[in-house]
Amino acid sequence: MNLNKILKNAFLVVVACMVLTACATQKKSTGQMQGDVYTGTDTVEYLASGVPDRVFFATNESVLTTRSRDTLRKQAAWLRKNPDINIVLEGHADERGTREYNLALGERRANAAKDYLMTYGISASRISVISYGKERPVDSGSNPLAWSKNRRSVTVKAN
Amino acid sequence: MIKKLFILLAILLPIKAQALIEVDITRGNLSPLPVAVSPLSIDENSKKGFEKILKKKDIGSEISIVIENNLKQSGLFNPLNKDAFLQKRDIAHLKPRFEDWALIKAQALITGKVTLVDEKLRVEFRLWDVLAAKEMLALAFTTVPNNWRRVGHIITDKIYERLTGEKGYFDTRIIYVAEQGPKTKRIKKLAIMDQDGFNTKYLTLGNELVLTPRFNPTNQMVTYLSYFRNLPRVYLLDIETGIQEVVGDFPGMTFAPRFSPDGKKIIMSFATDGNSDIYTMDLENRIVERITNHPSIDTSPSYSPDGKYICFNSDRSGYQQIYVMKSNGSKVKRISFGKGLYGTPVWSPRGDLIAFTKLHKGKFYIGVMRTDGTGERLLTENYYQEAPSWSPNGRVLIFYRETKTDEKGEGFTAKLWSIDLTGYNERQVSTETDASDPSWSSLLSN
Repeated sequence: MNLNKILKNAFLVVVACMVLTACATQKKSTGQMQGDVYTGTDTVEYLASGVPDRVFFATNESVLTTRSRDTLRKQAAWLRKNPDINIVLEGHADERGTREYNLALGERRANAAKDYLMTYGISASRISVISYGKERPVDSGSNPLAWSKNRRSVTVKAN
Repeated sequence: MIKKLFILLAILLPIKAQALIEVDITRGNLSPLPVAVSPLSIDENSKKGFEKILKKKDIGSEISIVIENNLKQSGLFNPLNKDAFLQKRDIAHLKPRFEDWALIKAQALITGKVTLVDEKLRVEFRLWDVLAAKEMLALAFTTVPNNWRRVGHIITDKIYERLTGEKGYFDTRIIYVAEQGPKTKRIKKLAIMDQDGFNTKYLTLGNELVLTPRFNPTNQMVTYLSYFRNLPRVYLLDIETGIQEVVGDFPGMTFAPRFSPDGKKIIMSFATDGNSDIYTMDLENRIVERITNHPSIDTSPSYSPDGKYICFNSDRSGYQQIYVMKSNGSKVKRISFGKGLYGTPVWSPRGDLIAFTKLHKGKFYIGVMRTDGTGERLLTENYYQEAPSWSPNGRVLIFYRETKTDEKGEGFTAKLWSIDLTGYNERQVSTETDASDPSWSSLLSN
């Protein structure tokens, strides 16, 4: 139990470091984006009051941002309160990549979210993962903002 | 099956002569060879017979149009306007008056004759060298009337081969994904058509998302990705029977499938726990083999034509690059070192080149490089294009291109395009609907 906690904390520190180094390289904030990660709420839906259903990623990345981790902790808390609910994590990529690579990238993103939920006590048996690659954009625009909304992992109730 | 319907009746050996015309296809062809395709002659009885069977008024003329379009699309030939033809088609086929054809600057002449024999279509054709005043090739085919377009394609293949010294690619099909609907809710179906855009057939109904179909070497089977029951898996489809099955029993997404050159295996990616690696499954004994084992994304595998090597896409260096390894997974070597990201490597049927998609500074390129990564050449640049597939003779690439949407997010299209290995002759390939993920078959006959 104790060891578990230590490991968990160590993991968080590592993730935090990764995010910090990522941010250090590109820190432009343009209203709805930080770097090229979407920070707006346009497309976001809610699993419950105050529990956003999705997290966003930087181009070609599957690293969770501080904000994404915050969202996933809220999801984990909600899932712990609702032990009968199972979820599907749907991983997506933007249109600026080749189809097959994007399928793999979507899977990697959804699994990044899954791993984080698991560190907050959600059993793997309650989570399934599906990648849609670039096949199901939410925004059909051909611009950086639209792409940032499409690089996402969406948590969907499975039952 | 269809192959058997073709009976080669007679091959009159081409007369060997010096100084016959030749087309060099290794260089970009800026001055295509002027060629006259005389409408195939047809007697009144046959004409009436075919009109009844095929609902075509003049099947001789129709077949010559198929040939003419093929020649034109190749970019190597310039079919001349028929209004300028002086000689009648039946006489031209027997004994061309070469001075007449030379007068309109034709260098090659194609003539032919169509007859209805026992409910069958018999077509003979001749290829003439106008300047040397000689016959270069003469062949005849008999088949069921419904195959008339294929006869046109086979004749084009023979002409192309005689004039360029290389096999043609006209009696072939393209399998692709037909698309419709808004970008956010695209409906996709598997579709198959002749290389020239005719005879389109839809193989799935559009109820589930389908992607990346690829032919087996005999063109009877197709492997593709289907989201049937929301489980993205590689499937195998028998085109004639319509029977489909899941390939292997993987506890997660399988994708990016292709056949091995002997058609006995399917190579693909399997994704689990955020990691994609390359696997093969033997279609006879169902044995699954893991080929790569690396925490990065390994995908888009494609065999060399001798089956000894595999090129694939991996981000093990940090970003998408192209790698080559032996077919057992050993001796992995990165071959792409240019600026930008590289994806979708596909080995040419000649074995000497790998075609790819490149993303650099917000533009997408289709290009080729040697199998050791040297000699990179970019053939075309656009907003978005990817997934090249080789013509069976390794001379042409087909790929798909998507357009930028407007400020409202509208105006999205996806179309098939082709381009010569030389970088010349870029053309849109006609499809009934929007289209993506094209894959070229091998030659259907011979």
